[in-house]
Amino acid sequence: MDWLNTIIRTFFDFGAMAEVLPQLLAVGLLNTLIISIAATVLGTMLGMMVAVMGISPSKWLRVPARIYTDLFRGLPAILTILLIGQGFARLSQSVFGPSPYPLGIIALSLIASAYIGEIFRAGILSVDKGQGEACRALGMSYAKSMALVVVPQGVRRVLPALVNQFIAIVKDSSLVYFLGLLVSERELFRVGQDAAVLSGNLSPLVAAGVFYLVITVPLTHLVNHFDNKFRTGRRRPAPPTSGLNEVKDLEAASPLTTGSNT
Amino acid sequence: MNTPTPTKNSTAKEAPTFHGSSLELRNLTMAYGEIEVLRNVSLTVAPGTTTCIIGPSGSGKSTLLRGINRLHEPKSGDVLLAGDTILGTNPDTLRTRIGMVFQHFNLFPDHTAEENVALALWAVKGMPKAQAMAKARQRLAEVGLAERADHRPRDLSGGQQQRVAIARALAMEPEVMLFDEATSALDPELVKGVLNLMAGLGRRGMTMLVVTHEMGFARKVADQVVFMDEGEVVEAGTPTQLFDNPRSERLQRFLSEVL
Repeated sequence: MDWLNTIIRTFFDFGAMAEVLPQLLAVGLLNTLIISIAATVLGTMLGMMVAVMGISPSKWLRVPARIYTDLFRGLPAILTILLIGQGFARLSQSVFGPSPYPLGIIALSLIASAYIGEIFRAGILSVDKGQGEACRALGMSYAKSMALVVVPQGVRRVLPALVNQFIAIVKDSSLVYFLGLLVSERELFRVGQDAAVLSGNLSPLVAAGVFYLVITVPLTHLVNHFDNKFRTGRRRPAPPTSGLNEVKDLEAASPLTTGSNT
Repeated sequence: MNTPTPTKNSTAKEAPTFHGSSLELRNLTMAYGEIEVLRNVSLTVAPGTTTCIIGPSGSGKSTLLRGINRLHEPKSGDVLLAGDTILGTNPDTLRTRIGMVFQHFNLFPDHTAEENVALALWAVKGMPKAQAMAKARQRLAEVGLAERADHRPRDLSGGQQQRVAIARALAMEPEVMLFDEATSALDPELVKGVLNLMAGLGRRGMTMLVVTHEMGFARKVADQVVFMDEGEVVEAGTPTQLFDNPRSERLQRFLSEVL
């Protein structure tokens, strides 16, 4: 059973895992969450802009949104991150200081916004056309009808898809390590990899992997749960009723409907 | 067929609480792309009267209504509201003066009944929210829904939803109401209630343009009936003229099929 021992030593060396655990928690997990959440928040705001531009009646808004989406969805994440992280390094230095951390977040946000923009766009377009028409018929402007009625309904429908996107961002956040992070800025993957190099086995990386799963798996199941709930909807359960109830309540209640009907 | 038969226009004249405006269409032509779906329609609707538009599906009835509040822009011709052309004005302002009720209600599903009615009051008219809600409840009470003000549309029956939609349009204090097959999607039992409500509006002085398949309603309530086919007005006149003495062969044929 030599090979089994090799496998255990390579992947499940609990000593090496225990050693890296404090760093994984205090540095890796923290930074992964900061990067992911910041990129998701920025990406959601940008994505909403891109989505609203993408369904605008004006070609001058639609076409740029289309190009933006095609660009950032079409390129490999690692290429975008490197291009932005290194290309804007000097500019970033004067704004954020020497750390490439903010640029990594921005690059991830841009990538995420392209996907989130498409999610929002699909959601908004799935809202019944009559909703916008009802708003317009009441005298609301296009902007108001979108902001108050159409967009909120569209967004609610795509919440599950948004959580999936967050999961994708959590995983992509590992790519930021390519930009060369300071020791205290390392995210899960980098912490695991550094420790793996030092200890000579892969167990720290496995431990890092476990942390990714701890974030992503519960979220996936949470999404499914909520997705089901959204689909079935919150309804007041009501016993079967007779149509006569309503006929009666009309006759009784309304001052507009008085008068005999034969 | 057992068509609902609301109260006749002339009986029990209630105090006019609405101030309906006149409406006039002059050679209105509307098109979707190249296809003209409405050709040279001219029509005069006196203030406070009810005009029913009947005719087969696809005859341009709904398009006609959508031209009046410019949900779809007319291609040529003119529409006059209270004597002034509506073309060239701000469509949003125009639409606050014209209420519209849709076949499928188009209520906002994430708003309660009173929020549905109140939304445009604060969002368009700039009314303080508390005041808008109070007014919304009052309007809902008028359509017999005071007790269901906090229900969402999915918890209301079709008839109730349509009454919320009517209250929502009325809350804006329009000068003209457009009904686009307002009862076509309702339970047969609930049609009468909504039609009665509409007849009541007419009695109280609202100018109404009603696209409908309810011939009983058109006969009893309308001051004027317009029969359309293939995007044109085939015949227009009083209910008696149209229903009892149809002149055109097309209308005779139509009536023989539906009555």
